[in-house]
Amino acid sequence: MRASCGWLLRGGALGLLAFAIFGPLANLALWAVAIQWYYPHKLPLTYGLRYWDEVFKPTSDALASLGTSLVIAPTTVLVCLVLAIPAGYALGRRLVPGRGVILLILLLPQAFPSVAVYLNIARLFYRVGLNGTIAGVVLVHAVHGLVIAVWIAAAAFAAVDSELELAARNLGASALRTALTVTLPLAAPGLMAAAIFVFLESLDEFTGTYFVGVPDVITLPLMMFTASIAGNYQIAAITALILLVPSIAFMLLIERFLNAEMLAKVG
Amino acid sequence: MPDRRPFLLLLVAPALAMVLALFVYPLGYSLLSAFTDRAGHASLANFAKTFELYGSDILFTLVIVVASTALVGLLAAAIGGYLVLGAHPVAVALLRWLYRWPLFIPFIVAAQCMRTFLAKNGILNNSLDALGLVDVANLSGLLDWRGIIVTFVWKETPFVALLVSGAIAALDRASIEAARNLGAGGPRILVEILLPQVAGVMTVGLVLAFVTMLSVLSVPIMISGGSPTMITVDMAFRVNSYSDYGVANALGFVSYLIAGLAAWVYLRRNLAGDAAP
Repeated sequence: MRASCGWLLRGGALGLLAFAIFGPLANLALWAVAIQWYYPHKLPLTYGLRYWDEVFKPTSDALASLGTSLVIAPTTVLVCLVLAIPAGYALGRRLVPGRGVILLILLLPQAFPSVAVYLNIARLFYRVGLNGTIAGVVLVHAVHGLVIAVWIAAAAFAAVDSELELAARNLGASALRTALTVTLPLAAPGLMAAAIFVFLESLDEFTGTYFVGVPDVITLPLMMFTASIAGNYQIAAITALILLVPSIAFMLLIERFLNAEMLAKVG
Repeated sequence: MPDRRPFLLLLVAPALAMVLALFVYPLGYSLLSAFTDRAGHASLANFAKTFELYGSDILFTLVIVVASTALVGLLAAAIGGYLVLGAHPVAVALLRWLYRWPLFIPFIVAAQCMRTFLAKNGILNNSLDALGLVDVANLSGLLDWRGIIVTFVWKETPFVALLVSGAIAALDRASIEAARNLGAGGPRILVEILLPQVAGVMTVGLVLAFVTMLSVLSVPIMISGGSPTMITVDMAFRVNSYSDYGVANALGFVSYLIAGLAAWVYLRRNLAGDAAP
């Protein structure tokens, strides 16, 4: 009797949690396949994929913004890695003078509320002609993603056994060759994780693009926002589903990249 | 061995330059702009105008962010605790699979989900109506301050819970077993033994969540367009409608102060932790 009571309680709590987590997603999914839906009807009146055709027709705004996002996100990853690999290598080795101060400065973009900073970046970019350009948006995304990239890269390089590098040097490899053929491949999984993080951050970024890119550069989140504000819930829902795919995929894979020991070191 | 330190600094320089040029410089610019009037003289006029126009929004923002952070902390502790202490492997496995879904869902997508879910005719109201608990005709939906809190908690809890459960899992299990043998129940072990040991990780998670929620623009616009609203929306409005950078930056300064408050809580805790024997 007590056991069944316990399961009732557990089942109830898990059921409520499942409803709280999947209810909003289910509502989004319903809108994505609804054609007509208005109050007081509890469910859509007509279903269909008409709006999917609208989103995926070659001339659609949604497809254009997806294209823009898929140019900006990989470029941001590239910029971040080019900056983060050398920085992470140096910081991971703990020999850099002023390491603490450097890490603190790199942390700033994640530690400050960013809206006021973005609107001033937009003002500065306007003067130098970067406002409303892909390059401007990439720079804004990169500065935000850089912290994560440097931190993960530093952890990845710190984990590389320096004895292996010494062995390579003793066998006559140059410093550059050692870095490229020993250190970099050993740190590659960590760098991959950094790249995925930065890619997701850039793909999902809203506020910076809102100030620096609009109206000339419209990424997928901005396009979704515009559709939603205009009351076009079907288009907004379908665009949101496209954005959900990489987010959910990464959530399911997260444990390959982060483990309890690493998380315990935070703070 | 030659001194490698200048070379290592050179490797860090480009990343550092990027943050200095594209974050620290605009940040300084924002501070400067907040404390000068349109003619360029030092003045507090922007702040006078800010508190007159947006005083209630500042309070509104503070209440929302503090309430959301508190709820995130409670839920994250409960989830993290159950994942370690839960006696039923099936329930634990289900919870582990369940709680993480919103982890990487962008705020803008979460806002769009909630914009429909919490609306008058959303799944929430209609489910409660179907159960006979409420009548949709008399409800107006939750698209106001409550909706903002629900969205924030939905989105930020998994992140803090992930940190907390990771930290708890890394603790020495001997103290848990000892407490259990002495007859302590799950909630008591969680509150009296586990949480004090992971308070550092939990504070970091909550401070990050706090600052993140303070910086989100999309959620307040999409969930609750009207007044009162959060100061991020006011900043965007000041710039887009009036090109009034002075007041926008003064609001920005207020948001730095609020974030600074959170950081102070964090630092104080850390210092107290260092001073403890």
